[in-house]
Amino acid sequence: MSGRCGTANRTADRTANRTAAWAIAAQVVDPEIPVLTIEDLGVLRSVEEDGDRVRVELTPTYSGCPAIDAMRDDVRAALQGAGYREVDVRMVLSPAWSTDWMSDAGKAKLREFGIAPPNARAGDSRTEGRTALRMAVKCPRCHSLDTRELARFGSTSCKALYVCDACLEPFDFFKVL
Amino acid sequence: MTKSYAGRDASTGSIDDLHGDVAVDEVELAEELLGAADATASDDVAAYALRLGDDALILAQQLGWWISRAPELEEDVALGNIALDLLGHARSLLHYAGTASGRTEDGLAYWRDEPEFRSAWLFEQPNGDFAHTIARQLFAALYFEALYSRLRDSADETLTAIAAKAVKEVAYHVDHAEQWMLRLALGTDESRRRITVAIADLWPYLDELFRDDELIERLDAAPEGAIAARPSALREPVMDAVAGILSACELDAPTVPFAAGGGREGRHSSYLGYLLAEMQVLARKHPGASW
Repeated sequence: MSGRCGTANRTADRTANRTAAWAIAAQVVDPEIPVLTIEDLGVLRSVEEDGDRVRVELTPTYSGCPAIDAMRDDVRAALQGAGYREVDVRMVLSPAWSTDWMSDAGKAKLREFGIAPPNARAGDSRTEGRTALRMAVKCPRCHSLDTRELARFGSTSCKALYVCDACLEPFDFFKVL
Repeated sequence: MTKSYAGRDASTGSIDDLHGDVAVDEVELAEELLGAADATASDDVAAYALRLGDDALILAQQLGWWISRAPELEEDVALGNIALDLLGHARSLLHYAGTASGRTEDGLAYWRDEPEFRSAWLFEQPNGDFAHTIARQLFAALYFEALYSRLRDSADETLTAIAAKAVKEVAYHVDHAEQWMLRLALGTDESRRRITVAIADLWPYLDELFRDDELIERLDAAPEGAIAARPSALREPVMDAVAGILSACELDAPTVPFAAGGGREGRHSSYLGYLLAEMQVLARKHPGASW
C-alpha cells in the first residue's frame, strides 16, 4: 500500500476506477474472526470515491457488536495509508445485516478456520414468518452431523457453542441471524 | 471529524469546576452508532426514543452484574451477550434521542439524574436470585419482541431501522428466557418454588409497559403516519405469549395488583438511584476518561 501514499501517485490514482478504494477497504478483516474480511462478512456496504475523498458505509452484525469500532478504525487507517485525504466512515443500520449477506467464500473460510458457518437462510421474518427450521450443524473438523448445542450464546455475539459427539471436539457455530 | 469530550455535553455546564484541577483530555470519541446517518428527531420522537433507549440501557446495566456470577460459565456468556445486544439498542436509540437537543449518547447515559430517566419500573427491579432475573428477562424479552416487530412499521425511518435490527436479536433473548423458564419450573422443587415467587414478584410491573399517554397519542396522530408502537396494542401479544409459556411451565398467572409505575414521567422505584450511582460514577468522577 505504501506505493499509493506519495503525492506523485495521487494523480495516477485519480484515474483509477472506483473500485480502487473498495479493494482497499475490502481487505480489512474482522478482528474477532481474522480469516474473514469485512467484504466476506457483508459488513462493507458501500464505498464512494471522489478524488482523494472517500466515503464508506459499514453495517454492524449485531447492534452491540464492539468489533465494529475496530473495523471502522481499520478501514479509515487503510484508506488513509493508501493516500486518501478525507476518509468518512459511516454506520448504517438499514437494511439490517443478516447472515444471508455472508459470501460463499467467507463461509468456506470459516469452515477451514474451525467455525461452522451459518447453515440456513435467515430470510425475511416479516414475509416468511418465524420459521424456526433447525438443521443439523456440521462439525467443521470431522464433518459429522452428530453435534449438539452446548450454549446458544458463544464467545462473541454472532456465535453459539456446539460440541461434536463423533470427534468430541467443541466448536463455534456462526448463528443464523 | 468532529471532536467531542467523553461524558460531557452542552447541557451539563462546566464539569471542571466540580473537580478542581482534574485535567480533561480531548479524546476522539468513536462516532456513534446510528440508524439513518443524518436524521434529526423532533422533540416528541426524541422523547419516545428516550423511553425505549432507557429501557434497554437500564436492563443492560442490570444484566452485566451477572458476568462471573451466573450459575454456569455458559450463562455468564449468555447474559453478557444479551446485555451487549441491549446496549447496542440503547446506543442507537439514545443517539437518536440526543439529536433533538444536541446531547450525545454518553451525555444522556451518564449525565442525567434519576427523575430524567424514562425507563419503566420492570427494568430497574433488582436481579434478585437467578429466578428473578429470568422472570424479568421473560417479560422484558417478550415485550421487546412485540414492540420492535410493530415498530418496523413506524413512519419514522430511523426507528424502523433500529427496530428491524433489534427484533432479530431479541428473538434469541426470548428463546433464552423460555428455555430457562421451563428448566426452572419443571426442574427441582426448589427451582420451581423460586421461579413461582419470582414471577409473582415481577408481575406487578407488566402493566406499566402497556399504558398510553399524551405523547403516544401525539405520535399516533403524526401527519406522516403512526410513529410509536402503541403500548396498549402490545398488551395482548405479550400477555398471550406470557400465558403460553406459563402454561408450558404448568404455572398459574399470579393474582397480584399492578404497581403504580410512573417511570415514563420520571418517577422511579428506589432501585434506580443505586443502579445509576454505579453506572455513572466513573464517567462523572473522571470526565473524558477512556480505556
